[in-house]
Parts: sequence; C-alpha cells; structure tokens
Amino acid sequence: MKMSGAEIFLECLKREGVKHVFGYPGGVILNIFDLLYDSKDLQLVLTRHEQGAVHAADGYARSTGKPGVVLVTSGPGATNTITGIATASMDSIPLVIFSGQVPTMLIGNDAFQEADIVGISRPCTKYNFLAKDVKELATIVREAFHIAMTGRPGPVLIDLPKDVTSAKTDFVWPEIKIRSYNPTLEGNKWMIAQAAQLISKSKKALIVAGGGVILSGASKELRELAEFNDLPVTMTLMGLGAFPGTHDLSLGMPGMHGTYYANKAIQEADLLIAVGMRFDDRVTGKIDAFAPNAKIIHIDIDPTSIRKNVRVDVPIVGDVKRVLSVLNKLMKEETKEQWTEVRKSWLRQMEAWKKERPMTYTYSEDVIKPQFVVEKIFELTKGDAIISTEVGQNQMWAAQFYKFDKPRMWLTSGGLGTMGYGFPAAIGAQFAHPNKLVIDIAGDGSIQMNIQELATATINKLPVKVAILNNRYLGMVRQWQELFYNERYSHTHLEVVPDFVKVAEAYGAVGLRATKPSEVEPVLKEAFKIKKTVFMDFVIDWKEKVYPMVPAGAPIDQMLFEEKPEKTEKKLKAVK
Amino acid sequence: MRHTISLLVENKFGVLSRISGLFSGRGYNIESLSVGETIDPQISNMTVVTSGDDQIIEQINKQLNKLIDVIKVIDMTELDHVEREMVMIKVAPRQEDKAEVLRLAEIFRGRIVDSSQKTYTIEVTGNEKKIEAIIELLKPMGIKEFVRTGKIAIAREGIKKA
Repeated sequence: MKMSGAEIFLECLKREGVKHVFGYPGGVILNIFDLLYDSKDLQLVLTRHEQGAVHAADGYARSTGKPGVVLVTSGPGATNTITGIATASMDSIPLVIFSGQVPTMLIGNDAFQEADIVGISRPCTKYNFLAKDVKELATIVREAFHIAMTGRPGPVLIDLPKDVTSAKTDFVWPEIKIRSYNPTLEGNKWMIAQAAQLISKSKKALIVAGGGVILSGASKELRELAEFNDLPVTMTLMGLGAFPGTHDLSLGMPGMHGTYYANKAIQEADLLIAVGMRFDDRVTGKIDAFAPNAKIIHIDIDPTSIRKNVRVDVPIVGDVKRVLSVLNKLMKEETKEQWTEVRKSWLRQMEAWKKERPMTYTYSEDVIKPQFVVEKIFELTKGDAIISTEVGQNQMWAAQFYKFDKPRMWLTSGGLGTMGYGFPAAIGAQFAHPNKLVIDIAGDGSIQMNIQELATATINKLPVKVAILNNRYLGMVRQWQELFYNERYSHTHLEVVPDFVKVAEAYGAVGLRATKPSEVEPVLKEAFKIKKTVFMDFVIDWKEKVYPMVPAGAPIDQMLFEEKPEKTEKKLKAVK
Repeated sequence: MRHTISLLVENKFGVLSRISGLFSGRGYNIESLSVGETIDPQISNMTVVTSGDDQIIEQINKQLNKLIDVIKVIDMTELDHVEREMVMIKVAPRQEDKAEVLRLAEIFRGRIVDSSQKTYTIEVTGNEKKIEAIIELLKPMGIKEFVRTGKIAIAREGIKKA
C-alpha cells in the first residue's frame, strides 16, 4: 500500500513506541500536522516556543530513559530548537528532532523560512539527516532512533522537506545496519582485571560517579561496587541520584560548589574510580593540581572522554552497567580481610571531614534563606519528587541541599548550563509521569526565559510546581562580581521583576508567595495539595551566596566558605 | 608532531563538513586535506595532515572514529607508508632563464603541461620535500602561481624474502 511521507512518519513513530511529541506547527510541516489532527496514537504537545518543546522532550527523556521527540517547522522554528539541542548534546540525552524544510527543489534558494538546519545543527547533534527521498524516510527514522539511544546517547535531527512528506511510496519497516557505527559495549577483560587489582591494593579509593551511570541504568551495580568494597562515592552534578544521596558512603557532589569532604577525598585519594563521567572543568578545578596522589580508573562508553582532560592509568571503554557487573564479579574473588581495616580508617577520615566542614548555611528567622526552601522541599516530599532546575544559584542550592536517592528524578542542564531549561523540562517530565510530583526549582532570572510555557502547563492541566527563589538578581553572576569583580554589579540587578503571583494567575495557574521563613512550609504544603500548575514566589535573602566555592582555575581543595556573621549567628543547621 | 591520517568515509554529501567541522570546532589544525573515491564508489578516502602533541593526536583519532560516517581511521605516521603530493607551477621566466627552468623540470621529473609565449606550467609529483625543493628553486625564475593537491598516502605491503 502506498503511503505518504507524513503517513510513514506517523507509522514509524508508532513502531518506535512514541506516545508524546513536543512541537509547534508552521507552513512546510503542515502535511504532518494535518495527520496529527485526528491521530489516536500520538499526542502532539503544543508548547509556546520551540526551545520549550526541545527542553520538554529532554525532561521527558531524562525522567524516563526513552527518547524525547520534537516536531517543528523550517527556518525560525528549526533555529529556535538549537539551544535545546545543544543542551541535550552536552548532557548526552537521546532526542529525535524533526524539522520541516522547504521543498527539495527550493533548497539553497533562500526560500521563505529556509534555514540550513542540517549545517547549523551539525556541531550540536550526534548525527543529522536531510531526508531527500521518501523511499529512504523509514530507514532514516529508524537509524535516527537507533543512533540517539545507543552508545553515548544524544540528539539526532531529521530535516523533512515538504515534498518528501507529501510524496508517496510503499511502506517497508526496514532492518538497519550502520557499518561505521558500532559502539563498544563490553569492556576489555584484561583492563577490568587491572582495575580490580588496583582497587584491592588501594588504601584510599574513591568512586566518582557521573551521568553515564544513570544513562546506562547501572545504579544497582554501582551500589554493589561501593558497598561490597566500602568505597565512598561522590556524584557529579549529572550523576546525582546514581547513588543514594542519603547513603552513609555518599559524599555529595564534588567540584566548584561541591562538598568540602568530596573535594578533600579526591585530593587525598590514592585511587579514583571514575564511572560514566568526563572530568569537566567544574569538577576538576585546576587540572594540574587535581587528585595529585591518585591513580585513575576511567570507565566510559565514549573513548573520546578518556584521556581528554586527565591522565588515566586504567582506561575501560564500555557500557558502564556491563563493565561494573564484570568488575563486581572479580572483586568477589579478591580476598577481603586484608583491606577491611584499611578501608575503615579511610571511611573514618570521611566522617572526620564531614564533621569538620558539613554542608551548612546560616538560618535566619527574618529573611528566607534559599537553602531552607530546598531543605523543606526535600523534607515534605521525602525525596519522592522529580526535581528540575534552572541554571545558577538555584541549581547549585538544589544540588547541594536536596538528597537524590534514585536515578532519573533530577533534571538539570549540566554541560551547557541553559537558563530557561527547568520549567519546560518539568512539563515534559509531568507528561511522562502524570501522577508524580514534579517541581522546578527556579530563579527569578531563569524562569523569565521560558515563562511562556505557563500556557502549555495550564492548558494541559499539569500540576507542575515552580519554586522561584526570588532574589531580584542574576544571583550567580552577582556572586562572581561580588567576589572577583570588586562588587561592581554590572547588569545583574533585574530591578523590575514581574509579580509572579499575578503572572501565574494571568495564565490560569495558581500563584503563592512567601516573604518570611515561617511562610515557607505552609506555602509548599498548599502548593503540593493543589492539583494545578502553581508558581511559588519565595522572596529570599538577595545577599545569599553559594558556598563552598572553588574560584575558577583554582585547585579544588582551595575552597571559599561562608563567613559566619559574628553575633547575629542564630543557629547553624547541619544537613545530614 | 605532524601526522598523516587516512580516513575511509561514507561517500555522502555533508561528510566533508563533518570532518572539517570537527577540526575547526575543537581547534585542531588541518595542514592539508585531499578527498577521492575508492574502489568502492560508496566509500571515499580522505587524507588529512595535522599536527599536535601525542594527546591531541590521540583525541583527533578518537574523535574521527566517533563520527558516524567514518568507517576507518589509519594514522599513517605509525606505519611504513608512501606519501605523494602533486604541484602545478606556472613560471614566467626571463628569456635567459628559460633553459634553466626546463632543466629543473627535467631534474625533478616534471612535465610541462602547458606553455605560452611567456609561461611554462610544470607538473611535479613527489613527497613534500621534493615539492618544496622545486618551488624554492623556481622562485628566482619568477613563479606566477602554483597549486598543490595536498598529500595522499598509502601503506606499504611487506615483502617476503626469497
């Protein structure tokens, strides 16, 4: 039976198991939108900006492990997706983006709403296609999903000229084989054996877990490795939730805004077991001074991640889950008695560092501290909520004070650091998990970057909650200006911040506000009760900074800490 | 150090820009690049000359391997191999230098592929040193322009002793 390109598109998505597509219509993509008008298999979620559509698909993907799918038109529709695609690319999130394109005979003629999106998106996609012939369409779609989901995942874009979506051909669901694409899944046995030996011999070993553990679904294997061998674990920003944040062996996050004890442990360690992470500069600080005493075992599916930034003693290319299960088996054969006491003394050192400098902030009864809001969210949700964030101070406070025990509950733009990510990502996650509590921890700057998605949330009756930590500043940049630019606050004071309660109400959502610490809990409780989109405006202490902090380019054990206000110090809250 | 990297890639549109984009996006240098079809028309061969320390070259090799359209990456520098490049040099010598130009062409086993009242165009093939040498020697004679193909390279096969 002959099918049009648009029909083939729909059939392929159905076969790939896609239920939700996030998108925005336009001229050259109408053949597909016309079919979506009465499709029962696919729900098109209309966002209010194409960037929002990509972030929503990204939140959907991160919270489920399934690919997120986007459908937009040509020209500006396509170029508006770029920030979202680059965000997903940096964090290895599987997306398939379909963009409309002018008819093939007009490509290159500067036609109306034409953009060379294949050229523009090339550096920020894992791969991209221009579908020139309807006969290739099914193969291209299958290859796109395959490439997006396998190896190190990432976004794949397919450009669909209008004539290709209207042309007809026989539909065949193709078998695919890409001869030049064969990701290495099994780690080298000899290398894994080397790793096992290094671990047994080490006295001060430490696991550094990254987002790759979550992408690979290896939390169980990681936990086994840590618990069986009494190894402390630190999780990078992308790795939060890969290992339980409330576990005794957890050291929290390392790096620029990491915990004192995680950074100390890295600097003192004689062995780092880096799992599914890529030694980002925010983790390593000054690279020459990073982990000076440690041998490094690096497990990653992407060979280019290995030895890109740091020297590695045992490189293991492979799928984290498979490598860890082999490693765990080998560790069971090693004799444990010899090192039990050695390990215990290293773990006692962790406890000492945790006591010396716990993750703290100075509580106030007069003004809301942002960390207090995050703590309360954790307390009230008992950790059973999907948390997204924007970028800046809000993101770091969320990472520091919310304890993630499970993977895929934490959605944050780590690599690219995209303001405006969190709200649409929360919307995408809520579509995937209609009964879960989904909360975007936002700042007053970031939330304004995709605030139009309030319409998407309310029209779809999504009970997404947004907790705005409102300090009237672009706080993280302001913090840098205060610490490193002589308090010259160039263009970081927002001066006019909209009344977020009224903005929410204007869109048909609920707006709540807290201006005093005593109001924080009641506002959160009320918001969690309401089955509607809720904006919570927490008017916080604008002077509050994110601590600890390693200045950019300094070794990670040279940390700045909060200076304790002398007599006004009311109580120091230690966070477990 | 300089490396000559030979690539087998899918012969599709856009592949060249994926390769060159990788180099420019990551700040690596391309000193020369040549592309051509192989015995299998679906596969192209690219020869890239680049330079960097060991870590950079390792990254370049890995990054190239990671590109989905790249089938095989061979760092020729690590193998016994033959490298060749071709140049076409248009010389406009003075009357008294004409004989010398022709003599140089002969010494370098070049061929005159075009001539006019005022110019000769000489084609020379060889390794990089040979190409640079003839350019140097012809410079005083008045080179109008020259074009180089960029390097191509192929691995040597071992010979069994009889």
